[in-house]
Amino acid sequence: MQHKKHIVLKTENVSIGYRQKKQQKVVASNINLSVEKGKFIALAGKNGIGKSTLLRTISKVQSPLEGTIFLNAKNISDYSNKELSTMLSLVLTERLPESQLTVFELVALGRQPHTNWIDQLSDQDIEKINWAIELTEIDHLKENHFYELSDGQLQRVLIARALAQDTEIIILDEPTAHLDIHHTFKVFSLLKKLVDTTQKTIIISTHEINLAIQLVDEFILLSDKNLIQGTTNELIAQGAFSSLFTSEIIHFNAELQQFVINKNK
Amino acid sequence: MEQKSYTKHFILLSVLLLVLFFMNISFGSVSISLNEIFKIIFGGNASKESWETIIFTFRLPKAIAAILVGSGLSISGLLMQTLFRNPLAGPFVLGISSGASLGVALLILGSSLFGGILTTFAFSNWSLAIASSLGAFLVLSAVIIAANRVRNTMSILIIGLMFGSLTSAVISVLAYFSEAAQIQQYLFWSFGSLGNLTWDEVFVFAIIYAIGILGTFSVIKPLNSFLLGENYAQSLGINIKKSRNIILIITSILTGVITAFAGPIAFIGLAVPHIAKLIFATSNHKILIPAVAILGGIVLLICDTIAQVPSSEFTLPINAITSLFGAPIVIWLLIRKKKIFI
Repeated sequence: MQHKKHIVLKTENVSIGYRQKKQQKVVASNINLSVEKGKFIALAGKNGIGKSTLLRTISKVQSPLEGTIFLNAKNISDYSNKELSTMLSLVLTERLPESQLTVFELVALGRQPHTNWIDQLSDQDIEKINWAIELTEIDHLKENHFYELSDGQLQRVLIARALAQDTEIIILDEPTAHLDIHHTFKVFSLLKKLVDTTQKTIIISTHEINLAIQLVDEFILLSDKNLIQGTTNELIAQGAFSSLFTSEIIHFNAELQQFVINKNK
Repeated sequence: MEQKSYTKHFILLSVLLLVLFFMNISFGSVSISLNEIFKIIFGGNASKESWETIIFTFRLPKAIAAILVGSGLSISGLLMQTLFRNPLAGPFVLGISSGASLGVALLILGSSLFGGILTTFAFSNWSLAIASSLGAFLVLSAVIIAANRVRNTMSILIIGLMFGSLTSAVISVLAYFSEAAQIQQYLFWSFGSLGNLTWDEVFVFAIIYAIGILGTFSVIKPLNSFLLGENYAQSLGINIKKSRNIILIITSILTGVITAFAGPIAFIGLAVPHIAKLIFATSNHKILIPAVAILGGIVLLICDTIAQVPSSEFTLPINAITSLFGAPIVIWLLIRKKKIFI
């Protein structure tokens, strides 16, 4: 027997882009996505295609030019910031301002949607924080100031912060940018583990397609022509990866499930 | 709990604040021993009756004003540094001191230009306070209206600076057409002064100050979330515009009332938050706000004690002392620690 699908996030004919004065700059339009609970989803596409804009739009950092985004079947614009903060958490690419926050305090900030007016941590809050710290294996760092960390460590701390926020959906914008290959794998396998153990829905944007193919459940591929969503195997069968880049240097090898360098002719 | 405990720090600083408070009252052109001070304050008989007057009419209100001014400016500076995530921000970036200066300049310098009614009430404490409040309020309103039209918080900083240079330009023009005596009087106001406050004024001052401080506690949560930047703050459920406006209003109330009663006191609001951040090594506002308040009181009490030049007839301008005393300390702290934080 098949379970009824639990759709946590859905977009209907959404256009994304920017409004400037009276002009609109459309980055992509006619976007129809539907994201199931407990899936690990990668958003891929070439630089400047609008991945970040799409992520910002579905997390209500900016509003869509057209169309509607539904979070648990309710229009996202009907949620207050406060309500949204208990359902959706973010890991962004922007640098944090230089402060003296410790790793523990930084992760604890993820509890803000749940704490009282003066930000008092309850036992339950501390339990959640420690749980997030343990899962991301940063226990040995928690007394450190965050500015002392390496990029790889900081990324795990930011993921822990999002985990502590305890939301159904976590959205990460290029979580492995600036990381070496070891830490890139580490972050990916951590995210995979989180999806498997916590039933959270994780959406990432990434350029690590070769790696993501091995781990994620579904892809959202953004290209000049269109946007396609599907499981990895479906998309390979459709040849969707091949049309991601119009490149003379690389092509997608369906057998290896990898992008490979073109041999010299 | 993983949270570090700062109880020791706070006890030490509070004791230091108390000691300095009584030292400040004890020193001055007439030196009064601590013993006598306790006698007088707690209702005993003083050895000389004139001492009672000196303490109750002059020194006690001045010492209280020093604590209110020092802590209020320091808290405002902390709020601005966090809001703008800029270590160079201070309480006056919103154009409050320039607005207040403009108000006072119009009153003092304008009286020679426009003559008549202005001259008759130009020289009381209250009229100076009212003029500077009005000026601060007008410039601040302009800054806040402009602030709500820009998305980027950093632009507010620059808008504040621009209003600052606009008002100083107007003051220069006013000064150019004024007489030497008026210019001197304006100059004296701009040196800042903690003295000359009556108990009535201290009372009004304290009430407005208390309102500002209470407001500060209500924004601890957004302040902490701002440490991650505005996008993260918003994703944590913070209403950015609302929090920003509350922080701007609190800062205006605190710096506005301080400038009205004590003049534009420089440096404290910028330096004390950094001293606190270096001593406490934290960015958590639940710790920083009380820390900065106590330290602000301490620093201004020290500055004022020096400014009175103990056992002499002189009183130096408080504004000169705050910078002379404070700047080297901050430079020294930075060279030792080598890193500065918002």
